[in-house]
Amino acid sequence: MTADEPLLRLDDVEVHFEGQRGVLDRLLRNPGGKTVKAVDGVSLDIEEQDVVALVGESGCGKTTLGKTAVALQRPTGGAVTYRGQDIWDAKDGKGNVEIPYQEIRRSLQIIHQDPGSSLNPNKTIMKSLQAPLKKWQPELSPRDRRTRVLGMLEHVGMAPPDDYANRYPHQLSGGEKQRTALVRALLMNPDVILADEAVSALDVSLRVEMMDLLLDLQNEFGTSFVFVSHNLSNARYLAQKAGGRIAVMYLGRIVEIGTAEEILQNPRHPYTKVLRWATADLDPDKAHAGTPPVRKIDIPDPSDPPSGCRFHTRCPKAREVCVHEDPDLFSHSEDPSSHAASCFRQFQRRGHEYWNSPELTDSTITDDARSEENVIGRS
Amino acid sequence: MTRVNHSTETMRKRTDRDVILKVRDVSVSFDMDRGESRVLDSVSLDIYRDEILGVVGESGSGKSMFASALLDAVVRPGQLTGEITYYPTEGEEIDLLDLTPAELKRLRWEEISMVFQGAMSSFNPTMKIRQHFEETLDAHQRDREEGLAHARELLSDLYLDPDRILRSYPHELSGGMSQRALIALSLVLEPRVLVMDEPTAALDLLMQRSILTLLENLQDKYNLTIIFITHDLPLVAGLADRLAVMYAFEFAEIGPSEEVIRDAAHPYARSLLKAVPNLDAPLERMRPIAGSAPDPVNVPTGCSYHPRCPLADDECVEVDPGYYDVGENRVAACHHWTKSSEAIPYLVSETDADQGDNVGAIE
Repeated sequence: MTADEPLLRLDDVEVHFEGQRGVLDRLLRNPGGKTVKAVDGVSLDIEEQDVVALVGESGCGKTTLGKTAVALQRPTGGAVTYRGQDIWDAKDGKGNVEIPYQEIRRSLQIIHQDPGSSLNPNKTIMKSLQAPLKKWQPELSPRDRRTRVLGMLEHVGMAPPDDYANRYPHQLSGGEKQRTALVRALLMNPDVILADEAVSALDVSLRVEMMDLLLDLQNEFGTSFVFVSHNLSNARYLAQKAGGRIAVMYLGRIVEIGTAEEILQNPRHPYTKVLRWATADLDPDKAHAGTPPVRKIDIPDPSDPPSGCRFHTRCPKAREVCVHEDPDLFSHSEDPSSHAASCFRQFQRRGHEYWNSPELTDSTITDDARSEENVIGRS
Repeated sequence: MTRVNHSTETMRKRTDRDVILKVRDVSVSFDMDRGESRVLDSVSLDIYRDEILGVVGESGSGKSMFASALLDAVVRPGQLTGEITYYPTEGEEIDLLDLTPAELKRLRWEEISMVFQGAMSSFNPTMKIRQHFEETLDAHQRDREEGLAHARELLSDLYLDPDRILRSYPHELSGGMSQRALIALSLVLEPRVLVMDEPTAALDLLMQRSILTLLENLQDKYNLTIIFITHDLPLVAGLADRLAVMYAFEFAEIGPSEEVIRDAAHPYARSLLKAVPNLDAPLERMRPIAGSAPDPVNVPTGCSYHPRCPLADDECVEVDPGYYDVGENRVAACHHWTKSSEAIPYLVSETDADQGDNVGAIE
């Protein structure tokens, strides 16, 4: 491993889900179902003590990308490396494995969206929390295990820990359950924790508290967080406080990535601006929503993404060229991690054919002639 | 425990506005092994004709119970007491809690309609959307053709393609589409009042915000009175004409939206505003509320917020505050509301921050 290898590197990662063919399809020799490209060519580096917030609408692939980053989802293309070691090579025992898969597995943890269903209702908190220690650190004596669990519970503000340790999940509030899930992840001394909508299910007044706790732990244990959220306010709070980045995803791709300040103050992608519009504001001067700044409010079918720039069907600024050409994630600055976007509009006027291309006026938001394509056919 | 009652006087003063629903001393209680659980505690409130009222509260604050009470739809074994009067038009008066089952059945949907969160579970998965509309029209003895014409109009108002939606099964629609179809269904009998309980909670931000815009248009077009219940304060802040903030099964503060947001009078409302992650407010200003919400079986004496309130004193422990007038058309249940803005400063926008520190909010 070389010194400049990041903690985690995602290199042109693809996750494609094949559509299922039912019995009837096979009998009738129908072609297979559609392939959903949940993640389609994403590259991302995660450093030590980093915070990356993935934001986007449902179905944009943010959770799949997060799971791929922490090795819970095998990519169908590209590579995920942990300190220079390809994670899936390590698992398959391919090539020269420098870091054993076991160690990688332990270093990458997850906390789920619904803390209630991620805890076994038949086990006390102590039992649930001891289980991972038993598996990964069998050398610990029962007494040491107890001490560590109690210590961590107290650490996340669940005092008195003895009382909490003997409770069952249903005897905890939502915030306490989420803390328990966090403790369970932390007991492994992970390098990266994927927090998948970890605060969305909590009450508004508890979200700041939970995010502050994540930040404290990041300082103390040096853990990196991949924070998946559909809520830009939460993503901004966490990323800005930690000096991390926000990555905006749309239909399987990162369309804009940068520091929290850059993304909010200086958004370059029209979709980022749309997300900002969608984030309700307390400020009464700005609180009034007005008309949605998109040509269509429904998301296109992810199994059949639009050609060219995937946002062109909804983009208020789309021009003819966007239908045919797919913009790359491009950065103006030296340090590409500071701010990059995939939109032709960031190029100088006259420097790009976009500016001479005719505007798209084929459909407006009230025009439903094309909404056929918006159906998400679930079966 | 005594209860100071400023409320009746305040309420009387406000009757100059056209009231459509009058709620007086409404309580909902459940008998439990541990004791009586009061999940709505003597709530009084006027809802004005053609307004959008935002009811905001955290989980377990009693906001959904309030919604159920408005339709006399509290589930058994819950006990609903108090008085709810509905004024379909000026002068006409209906005692909501004194209706026969048949009358109640007619009133729901035709007069007061309701949209719940999670459209998926509100639709019958084996029926096409069109059948849902037809069934509703038949059950209320309405003309199918006329009703369906109205349904088409409503669906178009909600940016949907009527033909396609009507011939779809619920599973063929995305979450945002079925939630909009459900709103259309709730309005097909042309009710005067629409009660919405977290109607957008399961949806994406963009869809949430878009639906709010559409609701505003619908409200305007069909002269609806909308009661929008949510835990998401920023979401409803820009939509509602008035806000009612719930804490521990009663209303802590009721007033015009903008005034409540800019400079709330009740310490809980202020703390809540301070705790909400907001894009524009400075980060260091956001602070969680200490402590946790009370158990409905064991609500603190006096002001129910006193264990968490920085302003609490002996008076708050002993005397349950009634409503104090804190502005025009604005009440707050706090003995010390005059001191709250100094004790709990907060900002709702970045621009305010430039104008000086430690100010509660700009006037």
